[in-house]
Amino acid sequence: MKYFHLVLANLGRHKRRTLLTIASVALALFLFASLRTVVTTLAAAAQFGSARRLVSTNATGIVFPLPLSYANKLQATPGVEAVSWANWFGGRYGDNKRFFAQFAVDPASYLEMYPEIALPEDQKQAFIRERSSAIIGRRLVDIFGWKLGQDVTIQGTIYPGDWTFTIRGIYTPTDAVINDDMMLFQHEYLEERTGRPGQAGWYVLRIDDGDKSASIAKGIDDQFRNSNAATKTGTEQAFNASFATMWGNVSLLMGTIGMAVVFAILLVTANAMMMSARERTREVAVLKTIGFTDRTLFGLVMLEAGLIAGIGAVLGLGGAKLLYKSTNFNAGGFLPGFDVTTSTLAIGAGVTLLLMLASGLVPAVRAARLPVVQALRRVE
Amino acid sequence: MKIPLIYNLRSVMQRPTSTAFTAIGIGLVVAVFIGMLALANGFRAALTRTGSDRNALVLRRGADSELSSGLDREAVSILAASSHVAPGPDGRPLFSAESYLLIPLSRRGADTNTVANVVVRGVAAAAWQVRQNLVITEGQAPVPGRNEVCVGRTMALKFPNTDVGQALRFGGRDWAVVCHFTAGGSSFESEVWGDAEQFQPVFRRQGFSSASFRLADPAAFEEAERALEADQRLQVDVYREAAFYAEQSEVLGRILEILAFLITSIMAVGAIFGAVNTMYAAVAARAPEIAVLLTLGFHPRSVLLSFLVESALIALVGGVLGILLVLPVNGMVTSTTNWASFSEIAFSFRITPALLLSGVVFAAVMGTLGGFFPAWRAARRPVVQALR
Repeated sequence: MKYFHLVLANLGRHKRRTLLTIASVALALFLFASLRTVVTTLAAAAQFGSARRLVSTNATGIVFPLPLSYANKLQATPGVEAVSWANWFGGRYGDNKRFFAQFAVDPASYLEMYPEIALPEDQKQAFIRERSSAIIGRRLVDIFGWKLGQDVTIQGTIYPGDWTFTIRGIYTPTDAVINDDMMLFQHEYLEERTGRPGQAGWYVLRIDDGDKSASIAKGIDDQFRNSNAATKTGTEQAFNASFATMWGNVSLLMGTIGMAVVFAILLVTANAMMMSARERTREVAVLKTIGFTDRTLFGLVMLEAGLIAGIGAVLGLGGAKLLYKSTNFNAGGFLPGFDVTTSTLAIGAGVTLLLMLASGLVPAVRAARLPVVQALRRVE
Repeated sequence: MKIPLIYNLRSVMQRPTSTAFTAIGIGLVVAVFIGMLALANGFRAALTRTGSDRNALVLRRGADSELSSGLDREAVSILAASSHVAPGPDGRPLFSAESYLLIPLSRRGADTNTVANVVVRGVAAAAWQVRQNLVITEGQAPVPGRNEVCVGRTMALKFPNTDVGQALRFGGRDWAVVCHFTAGGSSFESEVWGDAEQFQPVFRRQGFSSASFRLADPAAFEEAERALEADQRLQVDVYREAAFYAEQSEVLGRILEILAFLITSIMAVGAIFGAVNTMYAAVAARAPEIAVLLTLGFHPRSVLLSFLVESALIALVGGVLGILLVLPVNGMVTSTTNWASFSEIAFSFRITPALLLSGVVFAAVMGTLGGFFPAWRAARRPVVQALR
């Protein structure tokens, strides 16, 4: 590339203009990457779920509990290897500025069910042993500065009163889709304090063969069809997907805005790049006179457009990737595993290419086709 | 002396493509700006209109939503007998003890996987007078004691089997849809209403979730609040109904607004850069013209003003374009889950004149900012150099 220096010199001529153009490309792609990541993160959450895990909820609705006595019957169902259960606690901590989820779980079976919730063995044992203990996600340590052994008081909204838990473990999820800002405590503690007979919010089951999930689920639902509380059993993935679809049109909205952003800024940017190229008609004529071929000139203009778009893309897409990675962003717990995916980067690269073509092609063709005599006539 | 506006108009006409590109770019920014704020606006409107200042809402102490609250029958009868409850025309208290239930329903037209948690509100007969702005638009109100429900207008749009005369199945039983109602655009329109006494055995609920009543004296809310919260038999929190529902919209409303400002401010910076670039190019291309203007005796300030006006003009065209682009979404109904109440809430984009005005102002600011530095440069050009 012996003419690279020439391209750089051209870029450096209107420094402010070049910088502004690069900055607007970078901003457009940053926004695009951010909005699309909302969409991909929601989609990933809807896709998450082990093929070998089923979830049973009350057929009437997720907010209605199931009797704890179902646990033994579920365990005895053919195809079911393990059973665990959990309850939504819905507590508030402090001024409730930062909401986080608390679940009452059966410690031993729950941690065995979810190997993704990883914590040191001694902490695990302490959690299983101690009635009023709790384990928390790594992120809660960062947010509240909680330490192992510390007592934390949560105000119950569903279960009235102040609830004090001793933190006995800090877990790190091995899969980014799992929230790293949950608090898990003993289900038995909940029963003990409320004095109510055992109820489970939902059951999680591990089955021996993921291919048989439909028939096992049907078997479970048939078993409880005529009992006090009928069940609705499905794969864990379907359970998670049902939460993701509660967002409604949010994905569509983000996608639409993302497209509008990209289109708006690219339009303005491409326009500015074309205008600056048009000013250089005379120079192109001079270059042609001193022997530059049409093809070289075409290449030079395209290269200039490509450089502007490319630098902007690296800043915008790379910036988004690094920013969300380094700040460990998860939208206040709503979007765990918020990370710019490779597919988003690839689409961003495609948009960059499009921008290069849209902004470079017209001036490049014009430069290549420029009749020298006519153009030179305009040079004083 | 001022440079006539026609000069700017003609110059703009000289470069129709680039002007159009810039205007469209700014137009899209304005469209997204107005659209997102209209969304936040509509969401807040749906929830703030839900409550009335003349009503009080009673929840169990510490509960932060109707879903997590619970009141037993004894508490309900104590509340209903309170002197702070206004009597209705028939002498009975304007008091409604309600069961707040959530049921999963599949949305209309979508595959069965996309469920939403719909609010089923068991109410007392008085609820139709207590709650605000309720109008039955089709059919007759459910008769107490029957398996009948009334469906909110936006809920009926979004879910199947909700027409009057159809049977809606939930809680393991069929319910006859006997009417549709509106509630002044509030979130009640996303709900299904029926007789609380009918729902309780079906959903195996012993008591109620919350109670709503008309204040005997709306000005004496604090007094009612103090009296009821001090009652040892009750253990309740008393809210002004309007304030309670407004607070339920707080989190999601704020998220939408922050998102709107974040996205549009980043877009605006991009658009301003674009406008700056366009104007720089315009100034550069017209260097000889500017020199002539200065030679003719126009003050540099006039040149500055003229270019600023030109830039603002392009942006204003963009602003109007943006308004035209975004107007069709006005009134469009969308829905999401309000995580504060864990329920599906439908709401519409609400574009207000004030919002349109702020869009135009936004466009003008973008144009003026974008035009300033190029205009400044144009005005300060040494005449001799430019004329060369």
